[in-house]
Amino acid sequence: MLADIRLVAAKDLRIEWRSRVTLSQVVPFALLVLVLFGFALDANRPVLDAATSGLYWVTVLFVGLMSVQRATAIETTDGARRALLLAGVEPAAVFLGKALAVALQLLFVEVVLVGGVIVLFDASIESLPLLAATCVVASVGIAAAGTLLGALVAGVRARETVLPILLLPVLAPVLIGATRAFDDALGTVAVDGWAWLGLLAGFGAINTVLGALAYGVLLEET
Amino acid sequence: MQEINHTGSRTTRLLGAAVIIGLVALVFLGWFVAPEDDDQQDAVRMIFVHVPSAIWTYIAFVTTAIGSVMWLVRRSVWWDTVAAASAEIGVLFCGLTLFTGSVWGRPTWNTYWDWGDVRLVTTLILFLMMIGYLSVRSLGGPESATATRAAIVGVMAAAILPIINRSVEWWENNTLHQKSSLTDGNLEDMTLFTLVVGLIVWGLFFWWAVLHRFRIAWLEREIRSTDLDRALVERRAEGDPGATPQEERV
Amino acid sequence: MGQLSAVADSVFDVSIIRLQAAVALIGRFPALAGIDLDVGEGEVVLVQGPNGAGKSTLLRLCAGLMRLESGEGTVLSHDLATERPAIRRSVGLLGHDTALYDDLTVRENLDFWAKASRVDASAVTPAMERLGVADRLHDVPVALLSAGQRRRVALAAVVVRRPRLWLLDEPHAGLDPSGRDLVDQLVVDAAAAGATVLLSSHEVDRTLELATRRITVAGGTITGDVTDAR
Repeated sequence: MLADIRLVAAKDLRIEWRSRVTLSQVVPFALLVLVLFGFALDANRPVLDAATSGLYWVTVLFVGLMSVQRATAIETTDGARRALLLAGVEPAAVFLGKALAVALQLLFVEVVLVGGVIVLFDASIESLPLLAATCVVASVGIAAAGTLLGALVAGVRARETVLPILLLPVLAPVLIGATRAFDDALGTVAVDGWAWLGLLAGFGAINTVLGALAYGVLLEET
Repeated sequence: MQEINHTGSRTTRLLGAAVIIGLVALVFLGWFVAPEDDDQQDAVRMIFVHVPSAIWTYIAFVTTAIGSVMWLVRRSVWWDTVAAASAEIGVLFCGLTLFTGSVWGRPTWNTYWDWGDVRLVTTLILFLMMIGYLSVRSLGGPESATATRAAIVGVMAAAILPIINRSVEWWENNTLHQKSSLTDGNLEDMTLFTLVVGLIVWGLFFWWAVLHRFRIAWLEREIRSTDLDRALVERRAEGDPGATPQEERV
Repeated sequence: MGQLSAVADSVFDVSIIRLQAAVALIGRFPALAGIDLDVGEGEVVLVQGPNGAGKSTLLRLCAGLMRLESGEGTVLSHDLATERPAIRRSVGLLGHDTALYDDLTVRENLDFWAKASRVDASAVTPAMERLGVADRLHDVPVALLSAGQRRRVALAAVVVRRPRLWLLDEPHAGLDPSGRDLVDQLVVDAAAAGATVLLSSHEVDRTLELATRRITVAGGTITGDVTDAR
């Protein structure tokens, strides 16, 4: 099982590395969004300060959407899903492997974005452990929910428009929680970030379990 | 095959009659008999629509969640149809809840939307998730695949909703936005009584609507399965010489 | 073949595929409208029929990839209704799609599929050589290969699994003459090793030589079944 997870994750990451989509398209897009926010808020210092965490995580959510759509698209090319079924890989392992790959890619972009907000919005890190932990835990939650829902809409027409409708409301708690935790980590608002981290962890755990259970049914039936 | 051109029955007619009578009674009680609120005056009468529709929204949602589980675990077509019907009517009730909540808010707090009301915000997210559920149901493909997809969304929504509620709650507290929910506080006897009447009436309406919706869906299913028998006959006929070639690679 | 040995053969034949009144749907369309089929071990069965007859669906059903709407069936002694995962592990299906990841090289693809199928990675190189994709091509991303070359790689993925039941959907399509000869040789070798082969093909002449049996599919049912006396 663990070997299968590693196998699938490595495959997804290798494909990603080969095609360089994250590097050449997603990261510039994310940074561009930050810049646009800067323009939109008129580079107004106090407003930007207060809004940094929120803008950061909204950007991450959009990046998450892109990553998940890409991860799902990999398997829909040319009957790969069917072949995975034939190969006899545990569906839960496929799920966990793909989610792991998405989470790692998300983490990469998040690190770059932290650099972005430090440079563009003059953010300062008060608690690096909290910042790092938030990124990790939130990424797990986004990746798990996204991979599950991505597989759910795979193989249907108009997949692209349905996925955001499904995924974004589900990710609302991540947006709320991660923003508050970042507020604490960046020292912009006096909140208890670690408590929020607990909520994020709960979200991640539930979606990981749900995904591992439901992925098999999805592969078989849809 | 039996000619069916309506989904009515004795049950639905009784229910329908009860709903109409009940609604008249509710309007009478709610508008004329129940007392005004000191602060909100007439606006408080919204409570007789808003609260029952909120409660029945959640009941609809739970029904859909249960139906989803029953489909996944037992492949129960009956439960799947119930889940779908319940979700559709539930979305209507949810919209009504949000609308009345918003309209109520205007005279009361001078705003159409109060981010500080935990329940309202959670209901909004629930509304969005139910729309997502209905979108999945309307995607094409084999029936069982659609049912499975929708069921997973239903279960996911049910599992996530407590977290959503908790996160909105903490969020409200942290931003010092604390506003008491609209149903807190003491209710006078008459108001309470009318509220209970409202609960019952809206419940009957919910039940009536779900019954009809369920039956329509059930009939649609039956049409599809008789179609199958016909399709089988047609398909086999293709085996005769001189049959027309098909497009799809089968 | 004498009468007695024919009888003895049929009694001891292991039933690889047994379908009774099998109906399978694609969406709401009954692609298979009642299939009765019995295939024994070691047979090489040619599946013929017009486009849209149900050949591909039949192969996919036997691979355990489709649900039985009604009827019964067992493949490799596993029930089609309840044991599909077990069936899938023991078959090799070459479909119309190649199930190859465009951005990965030939070797990376085959390594992945070998490991995913729990096959020892050492089987990959011989398979690649067999299919003629070893030398210049093994390091090339699949996206850059021609359709025929991709087909060879897909075949290699089947070869690597050494399945007991081979299901080949138009294996000759898209291949050059040497490729088609290669397919024939693979079928012969598989049968010699005791495997069972079902292949669909429009190239009747060629496959007539290989096959021990010819079935015709039309309108989702089997309308012809000829066993060559050998």
